Amino acid sequence: MISLTVNGTEHSVDVGSDMRLLWVLRDILGLTGTKFGCGMSLCGACTVHLDGEPVRSCVMPVSIAAGKKITTIEGLSTDGGHPLQQAWIAHQVPQCGYCQTGMIMSAAALLKKNPQPTDTDINESVTNICRCGTYVRVRAAIHTAAQKSGSNDGMKG
Amino acid sequence: MKQISNMSRRSFLLRSAAVGGGLLLEVTLPKSSVAEAEQVSAQAETSPEVTAWVLIRPDDTIIIRVARVEMGQGNFTGLPMLVAEELACDWSKVQAEYASTSEHLRRNRIFRTMLTGGSRSIRDSQEYLRTAGAAARLMLTSAAARRWDVPVAECVAANSIITHTPTQRQVSFGAVAAEAATLDIPENPPLKDPADWTILGQPAQRFDIPDKVTGKTAFAIDTRLPGMVYAAIAQCPVFGGSLKSVDAEKIADMRGVVKVVPLEDAVVVVAKESWWNAQQALRALPIEWDFGEHAQVSSDSILEFLREGIQLEKAPVSRQEGDIDSAFASAATTIEADYYAPYLEHATMEPQNCTALYTEQRVDVWAPAQNSEATAAVTAETADVPVSRVEVHKVHLGGGFGRRGLYIEFVRQAVRIAKTMPGTPVQLIWSREEDIQHGRYRPVALVRMRAALNASGEPTAWSVRQAEQSIFSAVRPHLIRDGVDIVGVRTFADAPYAFPNMHMEYAMRNTHVPPGPWRAVAHTHNPFFRESFIDELAHAAGQDPYQFRRTLLQTPQASKDLAILDAVAEAAEWDSPLPEGVHRGIAVQDSYGSYTAAVIEASVNGAGELTIHRVVTGIDCGYVANPDSVRAQLEGSVVYGLTAALYGEITIKAGRVEQSNFHDYQMMRLAEMPTVEVILKPTGGFWGGAGEPGMAPLAPALCNAIFAATGKRIRSLPLKNHDLRPA
Repeated sequence: MISLTVNGTEHSVDVGSDMRLLWVLRDILGLTGTKFGCGMSLCGACTVHLDGEPVRSCVMPVSIAAGKKITTIEGLSTDGGHPLQQAWIAHQVPQCGYCQTGMIMSAAALLKKNPQPTDTDINESVTNICRCGTYVRVRAAIHTAAQKSGSNDGMKG
Repeated sequence: MKQISNMSRRSFLLRSAAVGGGLLLEVTLPKSSVAEAEQVSAQAETSPEVTAWVLIRPDDTIIIRVARVEMGQGNFTGLPMLVAEELACDWSKVQAEYASTSEHLRRNRIFRTMLTGGSRSIRDSQEYLRTAGAAARLMLTSAAARRWDVPVAECVAANSIITHTPTQRQVSFGAVAAEAATLDIPENPPLKDPADWTILGQPAQRFDIPDKVTGKTAFAIDTRLPGMVYAAIAQCPVFGGSLKSVDAEKIADMRGVVKVVPLEDAVVVVAKESWWNAQQALRALPIEWDFGEHAQVSSDSILEFLREGIQLEKAPVSRQEGDIDSAFASAATTIEADYYAPYLEHATMEPQNCTALYTEQRVDVWAPAQNSEATAAVTAETADVPVSRVEVHKVHLGGGFGRRGLYIEFVRQAVRIAKTMPGTPVQLIWSREEDIQHGRYRPVALVRMRAALNASGEPTAWSVRQAEQSIFSAVRPHLIRDGVDIVGVRTFADAPYAFPNMHMEYAMRNTHVPPGPWRAVAHTHNPFFRESFIDELAHAAGQDPYQFRRTLLQTPQASKDLAILDAVAEAAEWDSPLPEGVHRGIAVQDSYGSYTAAVIEASVNGAGELTIHRVVTGIDCGYVANPDSVRAQLEGSVVYGLTAALYGEITIKAGRVEQSNFHDYQMMRLAEMPTVEVILKPTGGFWGGAGEPGMAPLAPALCNAIFAATGKRIRSLPLKNHDLRPA
């Protein structure tokens, strides 16, 4: 049994220690907001936070995540109220939407570390692939969320 | 106004509720599905169906059904806008829901078509959806008029409220919906003048977006059913090959393994607990393939095959005007060039997948398919059951781009596996490697173009020989006429340019690599060929490439091409000076009933590194349903189109695809994004598409900018294969 803390809840899962965290989240815990895109840490659709750091869960053995704090899109906010989620709606960012939860998790990790990122900061941190081509709006929405949280004196979560 | 009987519709509703409910109980579907079905039928009782498209609850909630599928283009919102405009309802109370595929089939295709592709959702359904909205409005106002016992002509509907004008009495849609539902459906209700639209043409927030930012949206791959098992697949690496043998014993003891299912050209491992288990076991499974007769084919041999097509003495003619021979004989200048474009794979972010549940009574499937009606047909055929026993659960798609319209082999595979284990739901997922290596590829193409200029630099003749693979020869034979794939020749055979003499030929070159419609289909590579070549002619004539095009677009039938070209050139300030080293390229194209143009600003440094600074891209699609969705489609096309121009290339070696994942089939990312300015110039009077047209002018506009910057003419894609260092 492997103990995991996901979105503040503790789980014991009976899986092989090399099972990738992505599949534990999706298939064992039913948290399907985290997506499978490539399986090689190339596209970022599977991005979650491990102790606040963005990681690509499709290549991370679940044993490495044991004992650490895992946050998925389902735990980013309880009601879609995270400033990024709100900005994403305001800018009507998603198209098909499949990559967007990973994109938001990458952006959320960036804003936590760097509440007022420049375009270059965004370029370096948000490297997720979107085939629909939402990048222009992704960038705009991150800036909007940064401004909002700046005026609200700092971002939590 | 004609009336059609509404009786059959009423009695149908009663019947289907009874039959549907009974069937569900017999089958003992998973609890969640039963609960869902009960909820749906409970809602049906309190949500009168005014017409098949419109349900209105007593609390004034309006439910508008969507027959096509949302794959990112925004039609889940745009299509209801068409209905709502004529319904005269309160848009803030509108919800969208998918029309049921089985109901569609039971009710004699009442929702017309469920196919989503060809940039057709809005333009092909706008008339019947607006008509449906207008019919429902008339029924609601008639019901109110009856209640008040006044002439219906004295009643008007607006914002979900019906007002009796003389007395100012009011009633809401929800209060009269049940009565309205008993009335006959007027057949040809008058439609609004577009000048009076209040919903259409205004940017609307999309219905599907809130759940997409929280992860709540359940794509097909997110289907979760009790007792579900997972399936991983390996397909024969060489197209046309087959499975020889597998050693299933070798993996029998691996975690979760349930069984190995051999198919003719593939093998599947089914496992419990997680797809991870299935995929791990598949990787360890010893498989022997019979590679078949195409194991020696390579990109080089395919190119040679295309060259033979160029060199054939004769080929089927796709366009003939005037006399090119005498024009070339008297030419002052002759320009000839060969252009090439490679295979491309779609790489939808949601990989191919399908969940299927086979029971003796019925078959349920969840699939990211662009045509749920075809999905039902394929399921029925594969499971060998009547289509009336198939339920296709509609879900949003994680991208489509043409990959999953005509070709839904993943549905066939999942249903075959499910049929071997009745009562157990099976979720088949293709790995990204399977997706890249077993696509339906944008066809490979080689084109030779020649043109004649007279002594004044005026173009007098244009000849084209296309040597390319036909997408439709295998699947839509009616699109092949006298040896010409009539879709494959678009951009050339229908070019708006006024060359006095034209001769065009099409040499079909079908290979063993399976082709398919890739976003914009022929309007991805053909515009690159044509608009780059037009640039070559402008250069040879010593003219500005924008003005050269203008001269060739002075005919009445080219007026909309000219107008969008002008609009984009103006927005891009074509004649203004640019920073040192930055250069512009331009291109224009009509496709899918719309008109597009683009100007791209780019620079190439001494090391040959390309920077794309600014893209100005414009469209005239006639009328616009949701302008923000059209804008998003053009923005998205910039990424899809430029990714292909920069990196897109599927190559063949030993009969198989060489690329396998995003490390060798590279995608544009955020850091590479130029500034994008979208110019919407809807001129009205027609309905054009929006999902694909924006693709067309991008690659040529970029390559024309590169020529302006470096003097290097790019005649093959992708750009990653070119040394762009200034000569």
